[in-house]
Amino acid sequence: MGEILNLMSAVCFILSLKNLSSAATSIRGNLYGIIGMAFAVCVAFVGNNFSLSFIAIVIGGAIGIYVARKISMTQLPEMVACFHSLVGLSAVLIDCATFLSADSKGIDTITALEIALGTFIGAITFTGSLIAFLKLRGSYRGHAIPLYFNMGIAVVNALLIIAFCYSANSVSLSLLILFSLLLGLTLIVPVGGADMPVIVSMLNSYSGWAASGIGFTLSNDLLIITGAIVGASGAILSYIMCKGMNRSLIDVIFASGNNISASAQTKNKNRSFKSGAAEDAAFLLKNASSVIIVPGYGMATSQAQHALKEMGDLLKKNGTSVKYAIHPVAGRMPGHMNVLLAEANVPYEDVFELDDINSSFAACDVAYVVGANDVTNPAAKDDPSSSIYGMPILEVNKARTVIFLKRSMGTGYAGVENELFFAPNTMMLLGDAKKMTEEVVRAL
Amino acid sequence: MQDMFPKMCDFFAGLSSVNLHSMTVFILACFVGYYVVWKVTPALHAPLMSVTNAISSVIIIGAISAVSIQLNSYVTVLGFLGIVLLSINIFGGFVVTYRMLKMFKK
Repeated sequence: MGEILNLMSAVCFILSLKNLSSAATSIRGNLYGIIGMAFAVCVAFVGNNFSLSFIAIVIGGAIGIYVARKISMTQLPEMVACFHSLVGLSAVLIDCATFLSADSKGIDTITALEIALGTFIGAITFTGSLIAFLKLRGSYRGHAIPLYFNMGIAVVNALLIIAFCYSANSVSLSLLILFSLLLGLTLIVPVGGADMPVIVSMLNSYSGWAASGIGFTLSNDLLIITGAIVGASGAILSYIMCKGMNRSLIDVIFASGNNISASAQTKNKNRSFKSGAAEDAAFLLKNASSVIIVPGYGMATSQAQHALKEMGDLLKKNGTSVKYAIHPVAGRMPGHMNVLLAEANVPYEDVFELDDINSSFAACDVAYVVGANDVTNPAAKDDPSSSIYGMPILEVNKARTVIFLKRSMGTGYAGVENELFFAPNTMMLLGDAKKMTEEVVRAL
Repeated sequence: MQDMFPKMCDFFAGLSSVNLHSMTVFILACFVGYYVVWKVTPALHAPLMSVTNAISSVIIIGAISAVSIQLNSYVTVLGFLGIVLLSINIFGGFVVTYRMLKMFKK
């Protein structure tokens, strides 16, 4: 009976992801996930300590629901990172519990290897996600760590895994946990802010592999299947994010320390640019027949999505065509911008991905860019010496006029100067994106 | 050192019997995951991430079985902690996914 329910649970999880293929069925997808989880937990209750487990679930569930209801959609990336760290930590706890309870019977080499690998991945996921969480919150910026230092720790970890497979004693396991935790820290500490979408996806993947590892240790097919699916999902997202930045995963993980140490290229300190007021922007927008809005992280930080939607509605009433263009790595996690626009009730069919909209910029009158710096930087196309050269960008510079909302004339997360600011057809609106857009709405 | 050879024999014998089954399941599941996830529309990548985060917490069943092993109190404490942390994830993950998807539905 338990086996059958576990199988149904695995099928539910697969259906859950399958139903995310379109927005229309997506709620059903979430429901499948919940049903699958309920099956799995019910099976686990049979023959186990129900009351104690139930108390723990109530405590955790209350915290989880509270956090998930309170969090704003802007803070979504940091919440997801925090949740990943919990999966990692729990994987380590479960592996330790398995080790301690099997102590008297003795552990064969295979089980030892599974425990060692599971602990290793879990511990890296835990500390790595914690650092990612702090970085996404903006409370920690990062330090450069030399590559050989990480390599050294990785070698120590490999040796400890071998040592544990042979001896299966608690000393080598404790050391392994310690050094894996350290590796998680030192791997993510040097990663630059612009690479955060990749790192969040990668940690998502790790949390899946950690779950699979537990499945191997406990010989539980459901855990193996679920972990593998989650791992594959995170890996695909990381791949998509890397492609969106024209970087290799290896490059992001190992060579990203340069991002922090490299200061912004401030060769053009005193160049002139055209800056305007909200009224000027409103005038341009009023006379435009097609407008493309390009949201970036600036929209998320200033919560400008509702004001943008209001502006879009006013323009539409005026007969203007309004579209939204989303770059794959805009924001701090995959799909972040889509969620924020959906929050503001922007219709699904007005929102376009990079490949579908890039040809439309040449025919558009105004591109309204909201704090999306690096993903619109033409240097990615023209300047082979630029650190972002080769990255696919939204070609807003082809629009007749570009209105660029930005807090200051500083560089983006990648620390690269944007030629777009100084182009003759660009008007800079310097200030908070939400306040500026609200002023534009009033002027319309 | 002389027990190294039998240990290795054990290792490979173990690999071929018990773990081949697990390995089969694992590799096939990777393929399923690969094809299912590529079908997910990019607009829903954020909900995808939060829902996968919630379902990877299915390792809670490992923590639940750890709680009831009465061998020593450490194991129970570890298991209990694991269940609390993973429940945060499960409930939090599904609730936040639901909040997001409801926005897309509007």
